[in-house]
Formats: sequence, C-alpha cells, structure tokens
Amino acid sequence: MTLESELTNEAPSKLSVRRISKRFASRGGAVHALDDVSLDVNEGEFVCLVGPSGCGKSTLLNMIAGLELPDEGEVLSDGHRVNAPGRDRMVMFQESALFPWLDVLGNVLFGLRLKPGLTTAERLDVARFYLQLVGLERFSHSYVHELSGGMKQRVALARALAPNPRVLLMDEPFAALDALTREQLYGDLQRIWADRRKTIVFVTHNVREAVCLGDRVVLFSPHPGRIREQYRIDLPRPRDINSVSLAAHASEIMVALKSHVRDANGEASE
Amino acid sequence: MKRFTRAFAFFALLVGAWQLVFVARFWSPVLVPSPASVARYLEGAIIDGTLLSATMVTMKRLTVGYIFGILLGLPLGLLTARFKVVGDTLGLIALGLQTLPSVCWVPLSLLWFGQTETAMFFVVIMGTLWSVIIATENGVRNVPPIFARAARTMGSNGLHIWTHVMLPASLPFVVSGMKQGWAFAWRSLMAAEIYVTILSGFGLGHLLHYGRELNAMEQVIGIMFVIIVIGLLADKILFSPWERFLHRRWGTEKA
Repeated sequence: MTLESELTNEAPSKLSVRRISKRFASRGGAVHALDDVSLDVNEGEFVCLVGPSGCGKSTLLNMIAGLELPDEGEVLSDGHRVNAPGRDRMVMFQESALFPWLDVLGNVLFGLRLKPGLTTAERLDVARFYLQLVGLERFSHSYVHELSGGMKQRVALARALAPNPRVLLMDEPFAALDALTREQLYGDLQRIWADRRKTIVFVTHNVREAVCLGDRVVLFSPHPGRIREQYRIDLPRPRDINSVSLAAHASEIMVALKSHVRDANGEASE
Repeated sequence: MKRFTRAFAFFALLVGAWQLVFVARFWSPVLVPSPASVARYLEGAIIDGTLLSATMVTMKRLTVGYIFGILLGLPLGLLTARFKVVGDTLGLIALGLQTLPSVCWVPLSLLWFGQTETAMFFVVIMGTLWSVIIATENGVRNVPPIFARAARTMGSNGLHIWTHVMLPASLPFVVSGMKQGWAFAWRSLMAAEIYVTILSGFGLGHLLHYGRELNAMEQVIGIMFVIIVIGLLADKILFSPWERFLHRRWGTEKA
C-alpha cells in the first residue's frame, strides 16, 4: 500500500440489506425495532434514511456498520456478510465522539495508525490531506474542546474519511448544529462526496436535509420499523437547502411521513 | 514576581508573629521554641546527614510501595470494570477496604512481617492499591460508550481499545485516584514510622517520634516542616503536570 493508493478513490461498495428484523427488550416489553426490512444501495449512491424516532433507522445504520447484529436477515457489503465493524465502512455519529486526550491531528490519525502497510510519514500526509479537505489544517494541534460544534463534526468527517473507506455511514451528524453551520456543512459534504466517491447512508429526521443531500430518500415508519416509501431525488447538484424545488419535494415527503406516523399511532392504540 | 513578593511577605509575617509569641513567653520555650532554634536544629540535621538519610529512607519506602500499588491497581481496576464477575468480587472488596483508614493496616502488617521494610512496603501498597482500583473502575464506567463504538469502527478492538481508548479516556478519574492513593499511603507510612522502629532504616516518622521522646520541640516542629514541604513538592511535581495536561486537553476548569 502506498500514499498514492491511499489517496486514490477506492471503488465505493454496494450494500445489500436482506430481510432484517431486530427486537430489543425494554421495560415496556419487547420493542420491534425493525421488521423484515430490505434495502439495496448502489455503488456511490447517497441514500438518506428518514423517519420519526423509534423507526429503527439508526439501528439499521448500526447493523450496516457491524456495531449491532440483526436477529434475522443479513447485511452484505459487496457480497460479503457484515458481522463486525470494518475499515471499509466508517461511521460518523451525532456527537462527534472525538477523543479529548488527542489533538485534532491525533484524532484523524487514530484510524490511520490502525491501518497496516503505511509509514508514519505517509499517515501524516494522509491525515493532513483530509484536514485540508475539511478546511481545518490550521487547527491540527488544537484540542477538541477548543473547537466549535461545526468544526468538531468536520474533524469527525476527516477522521472517518482518512482510512479511505468505501462506505460512509452518518447518524444524524448535523442534528446538534445551528442552522447556519449546518448549511455550510451540506455544501461541504456534497463537494466531498463528489470528490471522494463514497457510498453514503445518511440517517436523519429532517426531511429537507434528506432531500438536499440524497440521491434517494427512504421513508421509515415506526412500531415496528418498516420501510414505507422511497423517493428518487433528481435535483441538480450542488443543491441549496433553501431552493423552492427542493422545498416542494420535501413537503411531498413530509405529507407521507405524517400520514404514516398517524397510521402507526392509530394501530398502536387499537 | 508580585505573587512571590506577597507570598514571601506573608510567611515573613507568620515567622515574625511566632517570634513575638516566643519572646512574650506566653508558653514555656520547651513547648514553643523560637524559629531560630528550629532553624538551628534543621541546619544541624542537614549537616550531620540525619535529615537527608531519614528523608531517603522514607521516600524510598513510599515511592517503591506507591509505584507497586499503581502497577497492581491499574490492571485490577480495568479488570474490575471489564468483567462483571471481577466487579462483583474484587470490586466489592476494594470498595470495602478503601473505606478502611489505611493506618489500620499497620498492626496487621507488623504482626505478619515483623519490624521490617516489608511491613512498611505492605502498608504503603494497601494505602495506594484500593483507591487506584476504585478510581480506575469508576473512570472506565464513565467513559462515553460512543468512544468505544467509534474506535471499533476504526479497527480498534481487544487490548488496543483498552490501552488506547478506555485508559486515556478514564485518565481524569485515574489521576484523582492516584492522588488519593498517594495521600493515603503517605499518611499511613508516617503513622507506621511513628508507631514502630524499623531497624533497617530510620525515616522521618522516627525522627518525629524521637523528638517527642527527647522532649525536643524544635526537632518535632522541624520534622513536621520537612514533611509538609515533601507533601507540597509531591503535589507540585507529581500531580500538577498531570492536572495541567487534563485541564488543557479536556477543557475542564481546575477545581
């Protein structure tokens, strides 16, 4: 493995979720988090999973990551069954989950240090490359608590990209940020996605965000978690979250989402 | 510089007040000796080497036992946090023994090991060990689970996750546990040294004890002064750098 190969884009992988079910034990009895869910994600596709809380979208993401295992069904990444986390599938969480005992550069290097076949100098070069990509090379030696929320998520993005994964899994990464910072990051993420060609699965409860980012929006409904509808978004990129056509798509999905939530609550109370 | 001047003025004033009390003869000079006589004692003890050798003996007992206690306590604390069965057994023992004032180990230690270095060593370890175990366990339990999840996705697992994530993440707790262990060990060692004579080496506690036996108040006060200075230096040299590190990295205010 060389620096050259590290920085060239690996072919993004194809994900296949096959008939997955997952139950959790809770105080109120068993919760059916996911019920017979199947989903295919193409190479290099940007898919957004949308739904109200409790619809199992984060659980599905964790299973693709290999952090949780399904009760039934399987997840395939390029045809290989997922049963543990792997460097080919990196995750970005809602909280940045950056390590406070390391500086910014140290955080980006964390995953790289675990990747075999690179020299120390090459690892440094790769880390600096990604810090530059997210516009934070000046903050290499800052500590985590010195960064704003938006900067932390940029570092987390650089950290997730650094081992050159083929899939990027994002679990409401921008939910805790203010609107202005978020809009900036939508732009950055679209640019980086176009540049680095990853398969991205992005979980959010924000429909507009999903329409702004995704090639496809997958709508979940809760109790039990199921896929209800899928929408292909063919708007030109880069997209502006404030554009009228984007708002039109979003409101259409919003109507569907509300009706499913109503149905789910109705079923539950019967 | 201003801070230094102020502090210096304060201590000069303190010594001045002491001298005043001495000159006024409120109490017998046997009970309240003059600052000068304490200084003279210390000077003599430094020149004839007793102070240095006593300090070395005490510090050797303390550091060797302390390092041993930490080397034992850290992995045991990690095991306690990691395995439920260890937590239910060793964890409970550690919690119980940590509440036991570490001075209470002295009689047992003397009966087991006699008046030997081993007895002192044992007392110091018992002072350190339980605090370090409890603090490490506590620290690991307070690590946000998302750290471990993030590390796992980056290819960390097994031992690596413990040495590179759980341990550094629990550092704030571990350091305060080490500080507490140090305090317990230091106090119990002093108690043990005052309590019994260990023929293989006279420590600061013995000098303090003989000061009482000889009714030499200037020796008692002089040695107390040395013990305080050692405590202060330990805090400044041993723990302040760690606390500054934690403060800088975690962005927490120093309490």
